[in-house]
Amino acid sequence: MYTSRMKELIRKVEETRPVRLGVDFPRMTPEERQDVLEKFHPDFIEAGFRQLQAGVNKGDRVSRELADLLEARSMIGHVELDLQEIVHDVDVLVVGGGGAGAAAALTAKKQGADTLLVTKLRFGDANTMMAQGGIQAADKANDSPAIHYLDVMGGGHFTNLPQLVYTLVKDAPMIIKWLEDMGTMFDKEEDGTMITIHGGGTSRKRMHAARDYTGAEIMRTLRDETRNQGINVLEFCPAVELLLDEEGKAAGAVLYNLETEQYLIARAKTIILTTGGSGRLHFQGFPTTNHYGATADGLVMGYRAGAKLAFMDTIQYHPTGAAYPPQILGLLVTEKVRGLGATPLNINGEQFIYHLETRDVESAAIIRECSERKLGITTPTGMVGVWLDCPLIDLIHGEGTIERQLPAMLRQFARFGVDIRKEPMLIYPTLHYQNGGLLLDEWGRTNIENLYVAGENSGGVHGRNRLMGNSLLDILVFGCRAGLHAAQKCEEVKLSKLTLDHVHRYHQQLQESGIDTAGRVSPLLLPRYSHREALEI
Amino acid sequence: MTQVPLVDIYIMGKKYTVPESLTIMDAMEFAGYHLKRGCGCRAGFCGACATVYRIAGDYELKVGLACQTKVEAGMYLAQIPFFPALKGIYNIDELTPGTSSIAAYYPEIYRCIGCNSCTKVCPQDLNVMQYIAYAQRGDIARCAVESFDCIMCGLCASRCPAHIVQYHVGILARRLYGKYLLPRALHLQQRVDEITDGKYEAELQLLMELDPQELKNRYNNRDLEA
Repeated sequence: MYTSRMKELIRKVEETRPVRLGVDFPRMTPEERQDVLEKFHPDFIEAGFRQLQAGVNKGDRVSRELADLLEARSMIGHVELDLQEIVHDVDVLVVGGGGAGAAAALTAKKQGADTLLVTKLRFGDANTMMAQGGIQAADKANDSPAIHYLDVMGGGHFTNLPQLVYTLVKDAPMIIKWLEDMGTMFDKEEDGTMITIHGGGTSRKRMHAARDYTGAEIMRTLRDETRNQGINVLEFCPAVELLLDEEGKAAGAVLYNLETEQYLIARAKTIILTTGGSGRLHFQGFPTTNHYGATADGLVMGYRAGAKLAFMDTIQYHPTGAAYPPQILGLLVTEKVRGLGATPLNINGEQFIYHLETRDVESAAIIRECSERKLGITTPTGMVGVWLDCPLIDLIHGEGTIERQLPAMLRQFARFGVDIRKEPMLIYPTLHYQNGGLLLDEWGRTNIENLYVAGENSGGVHGRNRLMGNSLLDILVFGCRAGLHAAQKCEEVKLSKLTLDHVHRYHQQLQESGIDTAGRVSPLLLPRYSHREALEI
Repeated sequence: MTQVPLVDIYIMGKKYTVPESLTIMDAMEFAGYHLKRGCGCRAGFCGACATVYRIAGDYELKVGLACQTKVEAGMYLAQIPFFPALKGIYNIDELTPGTSSIAAYYPEIYRCIGCNSCTKVCPQDLNVMQYIAYAQRGDIARCAVESFDCIMCGLCASRCPAHIVQYHVGILARRLYGKYLLPRALHLQQRVDEITDGKYEAELQLLMELDPQELKNRYNNRDLEA
């Protein structure tokens, strides 16, 4: 529920609304975009980063919070393990139970591989489940994979790896077809035509959605299918360290039963890391849209084993995280809200940025409005944000649009007393997505033989900025590809002795580099929250 | 420093004093819990944190998602970490949508006694009993649409005296509907065929090899669909 002071400010939004309706705010020029990014985007705040002092990416700039986990000792450093006591012996081991993991497991299984999927929380507890707005694919007559390619490259400031973008846009329609064949309930016209809208930085309307539960609908379909296919899934059982063979090839993982606190050895011919992102590291103190388990575990395990990281100095801040009510602070307000026409406004009810710039630019402009220009709205708990004028949506598209197309948003705000059909939301950028990760090729291969990655813990597809709707796409394109290749590769893999020598070597490197790990161990697995500090307003 | 108003709550019977502005999930963490079960997306999408509670002095058993429900004074609460449920195993490609295609896997839907407990307990405010009624009639389309916003938290199944697992019924209906009853997107099939035939290959290769400045020019001057 808004306070009376906030309700007063909302009147200004209502006053300017008739004047703004139907008028497009001008887009920024390329120079303006670069300027606002360099001055206000968190990626450009040097204090948020430091250089790695050990490992394959030594010398590279990464977020401090991630550097702390990479430059830490293994959580099994002091545990006595008998690596010959193999509990699970499979062809393909998939680590992570989100969309990428499910796609990889389904594809590997289809190839006939004996497949095991292990995951830290429940199967489906992943950022995939929370992706609301949509998934991109160039499948309309006025669109093409080439136009999609150009949008992706431009959105990533031309830093993306071309081969990966090519793969992404070319496979996209096949992925949507695969989902349709499994019975995913996309929003469609009566004749079956996909209802598609714009996202930030798209030049064609190619965002496919399932209300604003797109990721949830995809995830629950994949999960249902995984269960139908009889794939073995271990929940509450994360991998905590990779195992290599004596030639340095990936050969398994140490699993950890979160509840019994026992370690289990899994041997596999190929391993696919699909552990997701790292929002729960709260880079630079930002709140996050990410699920509880987004703690960069795959990056830590992969890095210790010698896999290369890419683009780890760039994080995506989603322009529209909830800034109020406090119970949903930092949670995602889907870009579909802006896709349907809602615009950001300052305290005077004035628009200050085109509503569908790419996410990094939109975020930086909102931060500028609140910091340098001091035109944000302050909440009772001291948060600052700008309005997102969502009642515009029903004015543009007709009454009932919000109810039909944004039921999750409507429900979430209504739970805390805000009716988004009538009142604007208060929003501020929130930590949303890890642009980089373990470097992959078009088959999800890393530089470590038999180790694959897919999804948010991989890096290279999106370069320095990802467009909306390309993550649900990415996890499925590369999840399927990694699953396919990893399954086929099994035929030529010869099993040999499992070792953890790489972990000991990494510890040695830390020591030789003079790094004080200060008692830090990783992977983190779960964040630890105490809100006591937050109360001291 | 302002003093935040506090309330007493009872987590599995134990009393804790917590700020009244917190959600149940935040309050448990404030109380010192390091959650493993009962915590997923923390945003109301995953259904991990189904919680049952009662307010002291009130007879009514209430439910909510811990991440989406504020604490109240005198709240006695416990989470449901896991609920055993039978799921039908089917090959979606071999099913035929018809009046009995759901009942074939979930015959217990006909045991429904109409108590409406499932609807009352749904944290998404879905009309659960109604979508089960649609399933009984074999009305797959309505069952799919009515159940769409389900997050599969399992509260309905936990209260059902007829042992129905409503959320599994819902997803079977949605998959049947999405696969067989919604018309197929013809433009999608067409694009897949074109890509398979290599129609865009030359254009994509050209873009990949293009001079970086020329690629930027094309991007900055690309036409935008209104």
